[in-house]
Amino acid sequence: MSFLNNVITGISLGSIYAIIALGYTMVYGIAKMLNFAHGDVIMVGAYVCFFATGSFGLHPVAGVLLAMVVCTILGTVIEGLAYKPLRQAPSLAVLITAIGVSWFLQNSAQLLWGAAPKVFTPVVSGGLSIFGGQLNISYVTILTVVSCLVIMVLLSAFIGKGKMGKAMRACSEDKGAAQLMGINVNSTISMTFAIGSALAAIAGVLMCSAYPTLMPTTGSLPGIKAFTAAVFGGIGSVPGAFVGGLLLGIIEIFAKAYISTDLSDAIVFLALIIVLLVKPSGLLGKYVPEKV
Amino acid sequence: MSKQYPKPKLVPVPSTNIIPERDVDKSPILECRHLGIDFGGLSAVSDFNMAIGRTEIAGLIGPNGAGKTTVFNLLTKVYQPTRGTILLDGKDTHSMTTAQVNRAGIARTFQNIRLFSKLSVEDNVKIGLHNQATYPMWSGIFRLPSYWHKEKVAHEMALELLSIFDMQDLADHQAGSLPYGAQRRLEIVRALATGPSLLLLDEPAAGMNPSETAELMDNIVKIRDTFQIAIMLIEHDMNLVMGICEGICVLNFGKIIAKGTPAEIQANPAVIEAYLGKKKEA
Repeated sequence: MSFLNNVITGISLGSIYAIIALGYTMVYGIAKMLNFAHGDVIMVGAYVCFFATGSFGLHPVAGVLLAMVVCTILGTVIEGLAYKPLRQAPSLAVLITAIGVSWFLQNSAQLLWGAAPKVFTPVVSGGLSIFGGQLNISYVTILTVVSCLVIMVLLSAFIGKGKMGKAMRACSEDKGAAQLMGINVNSTISMTFAIGSALAAIAGVLMCSAYPTLMPTTGSLPGIKAFTAAVFGGIGSVPGAFVGGLLLGIIEIFAKAYISTDLSDAIVFLALIIVLLVKPSGLLGKYVPEKV
Repeated sequence: MSKQYPKPKLVPVPSTNIIPERDVDKSPILECRHLGIDFGGLSAVSDFNMAIGRTEIAGLIGPNGAGKTTVFNLLTKVYQPTRGTILLDGKDTHSMTTAQVNRAGIARTFQNIRLFSKLSVEDNVKIGLHNQATYPMWSGIFRLPSYWHKEKVAHEMALELLSIFDMQDLADHQAGSLPYGAQRRLEIVRALATGPSLLLLDEPAAGMNPSETAELMDNIVKIRDTFQIAIMLIEHDMNLVMGICEGICVLNFGKIIAKGTPAEIQANPAVIEAYLGKKKEA
């Protein structure tokens, strides 16, 4: 039974990684940049939900929605202020700016809300107990997995069909040509950031419901791991982020359960290194030869 | 040469421009006045004056590095001109972005093909149709009736446009997997899908064999006749240029050195000198 329990915990953690990884992979796919501040947007989303439900007594659903709105605005503002002026700059400059934004968010959070950890109240409590109490599945776990699936289906539909999705794929391939086809590249990129940040808010709330310690650095390690998941699955690929996230979560929980709690992160990254050695573009990524 | 096209008489319009006689009572679709751009200290294009009639096929020729593609980049606002004005259908494009210029009516193809190669042929055309599709994004996610209707219309329009080049059977293929000539034709279809009033073709016949070029010439004229739009093309294939262009503009070192009908251009000493070098004085 403990094996099954571990699988379920792994899928649940993996679903959170997958939702975060979607934000990384979409932004990378379209803007060709690594938004290292993405993990900290998760943290902001969790804080917003924490205060909305805790201090203002809002219903958890309203708290999540508020967090999504705040993060969407935050993501768009970050993109407009920090990344948009660097659209023509070398990618290294954008990367360093992203790290700067990440530090800025962490320190602002510390200034505003203090460094002391807060105990996050899960948005749903309780759970299912089956096989006479041998297998416990919390409602948070179910909610996390269901949310992840729903998000995947909606996002695939959005990108695969419809006008904005086509505009996104066009921008991802060739921004110049997309512009000449009448596509507003700037608003397409802003849209991508908005969607990624709204997903980050959901991920933040789900993550803090499962692991209820909330502090300004809460988002950074999951952010890095979700980035790993995105690379694992093939960065730029939406199904890749999903597969990468799930696998990473399962590997992490299994490593914790059967090998060593201390070594679990090392094992996760070892798996990443092995995948990249065998398939440098990630599991579902496509190898794109550099044009000369 | 596959066939001869009627050569219209060119008539002067204000400033130093010439456009076909049949278009003269309508204002030109495009007018460039003293257009110029500098890169650092280098003047890539200067004092570029040109007018294009509403149904004209115009040619822009010149030796390599003369600034032809730069002119296209200025017209589409990929570059912001340093000097001068571009009037598209009488409206100044100075404050427009590339995307806005496209919506205002200029579409183009590229010298080196720039299709969305991972997308299907049909999706490439639909991205061109982008401007016309106006359903809200939620209806796309949840597949509301308005989405289905607009998608059906877009699908039919895409197939109809592809049929110009007899490419409707390739709709589901990945654009990058098409043979070279088909990719060039798809670029033209994609540009047409944006609903332009002026179509810019950057070396449409590059890499094509003589029979493909002859077919392309027929198709360019067919597009002009069907859609009643102006077409401006950059081309090194003189059979194509002299065969279908009505007005030709010759550029050398960023300056216009000659303008006129194909016959006038062929006889122009400045053009011969630019292409072949100066005759040695005896």
